[in-house]
Amino acid sequence: MSELRELYQEVILEHSKKPKNFRVLESANHKAEGFNPLCGDHFTVYVDVKDGSISDIGFQGSGCAISKASASMMTQMLKGKTETEAEGIFTRFHDLVTGHSAGNGQDMGKLAVFAGVSEFPLRVKCATLAWHALRAALKGDQDAVSTE
Amino acid sequence: MSTVAKIPHVIRSASTYDVQKIRKDFPILHQSVHGKPLVYLDNAATTQKPLAVIEAIENYYRRDNSNIHRGVHTLSERATEAYEKVRVAAQKFLNAADHKEIIFVRGTTEAINLVAQSYGRKNVGSGDEVLITAMEHHSNIVPWQLLCDEKGAKLRVAPINDRGELELDEFEKLLGPRTKFVAVAHLSNALGTLNPVRELIRMAHAHNIPVLVDGAQAAPRMQVDVQALNCDFYALSSHKIYGPTGIGILYGKTKLLEAMPPYQGGGDMIASVTFEKTVYNRLPYKFEAGTPNIADTIGLGAAFDYLNTLGLENVEQHEADLLAYATQSVEAIPGVRLVGTAKEKAGVLSFVMEDIHPHDIGTILDTEGIAVRTGHHCAQPVMQRFGIPATARASFGLYNTREEVDALVRGIHKVQEVLG
Repeated sequence: MSELRELYQEVILEHSKKPKNFRVLESANHKAEGFNPLCGDHFTVYVDVKDGSISDIGFQGSGCAISKASASMMTQMLKGKTETEAEGIFTRFHDLVTGHSAGNGQDMGKLAVFAGVSEFPLRVKCATLAWHALRAALKGDQDAVSTE
Repeated sequence: MSTVAKIPHVIRSASTYDVQKIRKDFPILHQSVHGKPLVYLDNAATTQKPLAVIEAIENYYRRDNSNIHRGVHTLSERATEAYEKVRVAAQKFLNAADHKEIIFVRGTTEAINLVAQSYGRKNVGSGDEVLITAMEHHSNIVPWQLLCDEKGAKLRVAPINDRGELELDEFEKLLGPRTKFVAVAHLSNALGTLNPVRELIRMAHAHNIPVLVDGAQAAPRMQVDVQALNCDFYALSSHKIYGPTGIGILYGKTKLLEAMPPYQGGGDMIASVTFEKTVYNRLPYKFEAGTPNIADTIGLGAAFDYLNTLGLENVEQHEADLLAYATQSVEAIPGVRLVGTAKEKAGVLSFVMEDIHPHDIGTILDTEGIAVRTGHHCAQPVMQRFGIPATARASFGLYNTREEVDALVRGIHKVQEVLG
């Protein structure tokens, strides 16, 4: 039960039920889809980049509690960050959910609630789906990114 | 003696079906997962193996391992005999007319690809149509799409209703002069719908259209008689009928198989080879190029023996009882909705929960030791038909119990507790 509570923390459940920035961004100049063909999770991430910074960001789609909460918190976290900063945060987030983070996410702010994912290796793809889509959007890749 | 004593008929009913004794035959079932006894309800994905199957494979490698149809030495003779005995067992299992009609393949997927690539490429042309149903597994969709793309043919799909039943009138209407082939699931892996395949075959045959039945889910759950069905092809996987992975069966009517070109070229499938001309081997070897999966075929033979001893009619009755009990129990939980509510169902209980994604259901059930499948079950068009991304699916096997269904129900309540 404690592992489960680690995974499904209140913050995560709240974000999955009421995701932030859950909208199509009309002003977006970057956009990409993320798709997990194994479970059908599917998100589109919209980003508006101005002068190398993420001035606005939104997402749409469907997925499990972990993937949706991760997408929601990602949009909160990255608004106003530069592309380079966003890339750095993704790297540290990835380390956190795969259990490679030294500090157990203490430097990750609110995203630290995802530390519990590392106990559930099958759910890493859920936690990182929207992030992969974001990276593809920033790179300008047109094709949907897939976890497989 | 002038009076004849009445001898009662020996009836093997579910009451004589000793599931606890049967469970002892499956070593893997006796373990804990996350500190809870394993409740394995993912039998539509793959079934567990009885000790007899595991030992048959081990004994083959310890004692008889050799290549078949080649050597004159004792081991090769033993291996060949053991391998070919399984073909006869498969013939009996499906009640095929002849053991030559049994082709060993890697599994249902390869069986369907074989028919699409061999029969299909020869007989389906530009403007022709192949008819499938809206409840097919990807393995009974994509091989036909590949064929249709190559030939400029059209894939037609017979619709299903909201209960997940095939719309028979629509199916019949789609059979026409351009229809060259029909491929249908016997039992839907995602919905549990049992199709009236005998009726579908009769409809197709009225137009002289051959029919392939995907029997991956039906074969472990009911007695299949390919002659009574009058199907032209029947495909199944060993690993879903308590045998090893990597082996399966394609049944085909002799007349059709003989007219079909080989699927793959290589050793074993030839009678003679020169650089000018190769003469193909007779059936069934024409379709079995290269050294086959001998060990797993022998494992499959042990699975046939095991199922024959239990009696598939008993397995069918046991699973029908479990499914009825599970349907009643799960349906009664508020916030849970069943997906696939056909009148004729077997083995599979797909469900969704209000505001909870199936993936999360799967993770939480796993922490309770309960293995279910979550996702689209390799049937994305079925999910699209019902407007859902995925389902959670409990699927039953011959060793499952009512107590395990109760554990599933408790698990679902736990899911609501954690995520509610």
